[in-house]
Amino acid sequence: MTEGVARLAKGGRIDRARPLRFRFAGKLYIGYAGDTLASALLANGIHLVARSFKYHRPRGILTAGAEEPNALLRITRGDGRVDPNTRATTLPLFNDLDAAPQNCRPGLRFDLQAINGLLGPLFPAGFYYKTFMWPASFWKRFYEPRIRAAAGLGEAPRQPDPDRYLHRFAHCEVLIAGGGPAGIAAALAATRAGARVILAEEQPQFGGWLTGEGALRARIDGEAPDAWLEAALAELRAAGNCRLLPRTSVFGCYDHNLVGLLEDVADHKFAPAAGEPRHRLWKVRAARVVIATGMTERPLVFPANDRPGIMMAGAAATYLHRHAVLPGREIVIVTNNDSVYGLAGDFVAAGARVTLADARREIPDSIALPARNRGVELLPGTLPAGSEGRLRVRQIHLRSRDAGTTLPVPRACDLVLVSGGWSPNLALFAQARGELRWDAELAAFRPGPAHWPMCCAGGANGTRRLGEAIADGLRAGAAAAAAAGFEKPAPEPPSVEEGPAWTVEPLWCVPGCSSRERGEAFVDFQHDVTARDLGLALREGYESIEHVKRYTTTGMGTDQGKLGNLNALGIVAGEKGVPVPAVGVTTFRQPWTPVPFGALVGANRGPLFDPVRRTPMHAWAERAGAVFEDVGQWKRARYFPREGEDMQAAVQREAKAVRASCGMLDASTLGKIDIRGPDAAEFLNRVYTNSWAKLAVGACRYGLMLGEDGMVFDDGVTARLGEDHFHMTTTTGGAARVLAWLENWLQTEWPELRVWCTSVTEQWATMTVTGPKAREVLRPLVEDVDLGRDAFPHMTFRSGRVAGVPARIFRISFTGELSFEVNVPAGYGLHVWEALLEAGAPHGLTVYGTETMHLLRAEKGYIIVGQDTDGTVTPFDLGMGWIVSKKKGDFIGRRSLFRSGMRRSDRKQLVGLLTEDPALVLEEGAQIVEDPRQPLPMRMIGHVTSSYRSPNLGRSIALAMVRGGRERSGQRLWVPRLDGPAIPVEVTSPVFYDPEGTRLHV
Amino acid sequence: MRRYSIFTLARNALTGHRDWPRAWRSPEPRSRYRVVIVGGGGHGLATAYYLAKEHGIRDLAVLEKRWLGGGNTGRNTTIIRSNYLHDESAALYDHALRLWAGLSRELNFNVMYSDRGVMMLAHNPHDVQIFKRHIHANRLNGIDNEWLTPAEAKAYCPPLSIDRTARYPVAGAALQRRGGVARHDAVAWGYARAADSLGVDIIQNCEVTAIRREGDRVTGIETTRGSIAVEKLGIVVAGHSSILAEMAGFRLPIESYPLQALVSEPVKPIFPCVVMSNTVHAYISQSDKGDLVIGAGTDQYVSYSQRGGIQVIEHTLEAIVELFPIFSRMRMMRQWAGIVDVTPDRSPIIGRTPVRGLYINCGWGTGGFKATPGSGHLFAWTIARDEPHPVNAPFDLDRFASGRLIDEAAAAAVAH
Repeated sequence: MTEGVARLAKGGRIDRARPLRFRFAGKLYIGYAGDTLASALLANGIHLVARSFKYHRPRGILTAGAEEPNALLRITRGDGRVDPNTRATTLPLFNDLDAAPQNCRPGLRFDLQAINGLLGPLFPAGFYYKTFMWPASFWKRFYEPRIRAAAGLGEAPRQPDPDRYLHRFAHCEVLIAGGGPAGIAAALAATRAGARVILAEEQPQFGGWLTGEGALRARIDGEAPDAWLEAALAELRAAGNCRLLPRTSVFGCYDHNLVGLLEDVADHKFAPAAGEPRHRLWKVRAARVVIATGMTERPLVFPANDRPGIMMAGAAATYLHRHAVLPGREIVIVTNNDSVYGLAGDFVAAGARVTLADARREIPDSIALPARNRGVELLPGTLPAGSEGRLRVRQIHLRSRDAGTTLPVPRACDLVLVSGGWSPNLALFAQARGELRWDAELAAFRPGPAHWPMCCAGGANGTRRLGEAIADGLRAGAAAAAAAGFEKPAPEPPSVEEGPAWTVEPLWCVPGCSSRERGEAFVDFQHDVTARDLGLALREGYESIEHVKRYTTTGMGTDQGKLGNLNALGIVAGEKGVPVPAVGVTTFRQPWTPVPFGALVGANRGPLFDPVRRTPMHAWAERAGAVFEDVGQWKRARYFPREGEDMQAAVQREAKAVRASCGMLDASTLGKIDIRGPDAAEFLNRVYTNSWAKLAVGACRYGLMLGEDGMVFDDGVTARLGEDHFHMTTTTGGAARVLAWLENWLQTEWPELRVWCTSVTEQWATMTVTGPKAREVLRPLVEDVDLGRDAFPHMTFRSGRVAGVPARIFRISFTGELSFEVNVPAGYGLHVWEALLEAGAPHGLTVYGTETMHLLRAEKGYIIVGQDTDGTVTPFDLGMGWIVSKKKGDFIGRRSLFRSGMRRSDRKQLVGLLTEDPALVLEEGAQIVEDPRQPLPMRMIGHVTSSYRSPNLGRSIALAMVRGGRERSGQRLWVPRLDGPAIPVEVTSPVFYDPEGTRLHV
Repeated sequence: MRRYSIFTLARNALTGHRDWPRAWRSPEPRSRYRVVIVGGGGHGLATAYYLAKEHGIRDLAVLEKRWLGGGNTGRNTTIIRSNYLHDESAALYDHALRLWAGLSRELNFNVMYSDRGVMMLAHNPHDVQIFKRHIHANRLNGIDNEWLTPAEAKAYCPPLSIDRTARYPVAGAALQRRGGVARHDAVAWGYARAADSLGVDIIQNCEVTAIRREGDRVTGIETTRGSIAVEKLGIVVAGHSSILAEMAGFRLPIESYPLQALVSEPVKPIFPCVVMSNTVHAYISQSDKGDLVIGAGTDQYVSYSQRGGIQVIEHTLEAIVELFPIFSRMRMMRQWAGIVDVTPDRSPIIGRTPVRGLYINCGWGTGGFKATPGSGHLFAWTIARDEPHPVNAPFDLDRFASGRLIDEAAAAAVAH
């Protein structure tokens, strides 16, 4: 455990006073605050960190950013905090960080599956489509398990995640993605204009290029760029209308400038502090978005371009200047552009020997001389032609561009830096449907017209010089603020001294890289997609760039082609003999960098996964030992077991008690919609099948709602509280759907109707008092209402007071017994419930749950929408033709209801079933056949929808939907079982109990 | 067609794979074909293949406006099952499932059909009742589908949480062991290659801009690559069916909705099967590449936008993390959307249209991929014989006029 061998004694933006201990592959190392895991590894001389996806080739750290395809490690920080596929290049180092390589067995240095590399010739792109087909059963049993085991990268976590995640919503006028010079400039301009600004930067520090190589390459207003940077950041921090979000990745631009940001709150530490989330997901609605995401450097595609120790030049600049790491001492730089010339000299100054092989034949003196003067060996017109070194590059083959036949010359080295040019990062812009335009001078795509209110600035906009980037940012920020209503001229750009803009000569693929002689030339490093694979795909007719991508899997890795896609396009264009833009691009999708599921989920886990709705009497039911069931979001008491009772026993007791004396049910979950307006009755006429115009004030009516397809959609009792005022009830599960349905019709089809619907489900507590003694139970508590049989008949409602509380009492019944549904304001629910319990005690009042409710209504043949109906059932199928008005005119579903197929006599109809053996209870969902001995497939004529053991009838009963069922009354049918012989049943009326309904009218 | 096998792979390895032939030709469209299929997705390509192979029709072209398999074929979550409730649907999807089993060898293209089992979770008594109904009906239709207790479900899929204290605890599951997944792109490519080898012209980047009729008979089409006269025209374009029907002068009862999906970063094998939950709205499997493939419910609003949104994905991942808490730290790598064409009864339309010689195959909603071989097979029969196969006869366009619906949405019904 010593100071890293490759760490420079001074320089960089690390804090040498804060050493950090970390582990890689089980060994301890030291890094510093300010390091990333990647820079700390490199400082310790470690290049080899991973094995590739397909060939398990040794791989090193290739980049210093979000585009990293290779250095994906498994990070462990105690129980449950295990993260596979974590980019070492963007993970800040923290104390006790434990990183391990993935996808290699037994280890990184010797990986058995590297045999795939030797068998590589057998495994070109898409090889798996061409083989593994015989014998058929071997695919699942033999081939696929092996392919699966070889694929994948890290191991998924095995423990639940102990961390928290939070969401935050925000609005702003100007959101800026990227806190480099252009982003900061945009923020300055927009902030000065008075707009609310959010500036998000994925790295821990703002400044981008200025915090690395840029600090040496330019002077702003005559000073080092740090001065400008610090002043700008200080101004933004002090402004009050600018929020700076470091460590925050703008991962997605969604419709209408809804922008997703992932803030790393504690992921850069071993563990979050108490109460701290790991990530905060921001959902920002921005009037304007400025994309200042800079550029990404492209690799060069040459044979064996993937060995550890081969690195992007810009990444090496970051490691050298920001982290004071010298990743190699014998350096060869291969390039096709000017952007590396300054860096080459920097490495010489840091003590390395540097050879710069430039593919271009002519290098202007203005570029070449300063580099040569600093001791760089410059080889113009020179191409990389291969490399050697098993676990780390040890030599590179260089050859002259003009002498096509001469053999490449090996050159010893321990670091190869690659630069194939720079591409604007347009992923966010393209996610938002922004168009891309080819720029030949840049040899890359630039932003074209935007479709949403956004623009690009700085490198993302194709600027190549600092001064232009700052000016572009200032302009973009001022324009964005102005467009959002904060007009102020853009600030004067500072004067910037810097070199000329770099130029590039595109080189998508080094000539000769399509032969295997000197090794494969990789385009997509993570997926081991080679230039030859791309050629193969094209030869085989996979010509669309989408086909090339899908056939070869190029760009489908965790980096989503950030590094390799443009080279792939260039190679495809070359093979096809068309310009690059003619090839098109594959679709850019969210997210920019992978986002943990947990962060997207936020706090919506466990009990907060879906809101729990409880009735005002819930706590009482809990104390009473109720067993609850989920009905939609509601918790409903299903039954109230006493000591030693199971559900069956409890339900039998509850059901008997209701019919013998009296029972009480918490029915508060029933949907309730308050409907008002002069056209309310007309509206009900249109949404229900029956007529509502003549319903008297104070009366109730049962209604069926149909969908446009004529099928039963919901049901419930609606009361007329006043001429223009109704109280509608719906099923518990259907409440929200019905309200949305009503609103949809009112708002889109019948805007002329003067009707207003308000959900009042939670405003009323509802308790059903039912049974022959219901009146006696209720009477002592009721003021102002005559409960008498004739004064308060069935299907009417009265307002009054119950237990001193204003109440609406509905005399309606779902049990077939004398019933009162008492509705009181929810806050009084428990009070009235307890008063009723007390008043009912002398009468043997029994509280019952939904299961008993289901049983009691089944005894009466009352349907439950959603249980006895399933969206394919008409009122006629239910034997409820009486509820379909023939006179009133149109209603929703009417046209469908009278189609020919809807009146066929062989439609399934609601019937009762009685098993021949009264002790047998049918299984709900079981099918019904005429002959159980027929071979499969059997002809099924119906199914059991509801089935119970009825204590009041002393036997089992069932409801069923049976083809032509009403004609089959008395027929013997069969119900096959999964585990036993079929059960013979007799078709009956669905009303088993009190068919005359005398008990309703007592 | 030069056959694919381990031997040809080895032989081509010796020559650096330079000699592989094109998987399909790229011909210029001719001015006349006996049959043209519009839509180069899995269903359209399968239709062409079976027309050529089983009905001897080789004077045939498939037109695709962009690239083969670029619509829902390339965007779906590849779930294959046949445990549908209604007799007609079960017969339809099982017809497809039986073809899946031998498809790789039939096409000489490995479509990686993997019968890993599709498990559908029940979360409340209502779900249990519905799944039991499916299981009973499937069994009597000769289709495998079995009930699992929560413990059995967990044994089949170890990452599943069966915690009784969960917001919506798992109450059991229905498992179809023959269900599974396949490699979606390969299905399109395999059919394209096999159809091409039988003489079918597969023409990409060719968009139909008009449909010509004489009286009530179709006579030809206009495309971005010229006019084509046809005797018969088959339309298999999923989300854009209504647009093509309008060109031909009739209307379809179709609404198009975005359906979103996402994949995680790839990991080593962790998830052995397919799990679906309608109640909490999520489905998930793991691809051969290692990504967790996760699908959401359809968006709330009609749209032709093939983009993902954030709130639908959040809701889906909430369900995934609730069911599989170990996946909380997994990361979303990519999200997208497809456009699903939804009929009023959520069952497809495969059959003749009011225009003679014009046939339509659409309305597969969220479930089209699993039907690909069967859909193509039946549609080819319907086009070749100008009458539906008995299996697809119930799925005609007329049913929306007659009301003889096959409502699979009803299978999910509503909570009481």
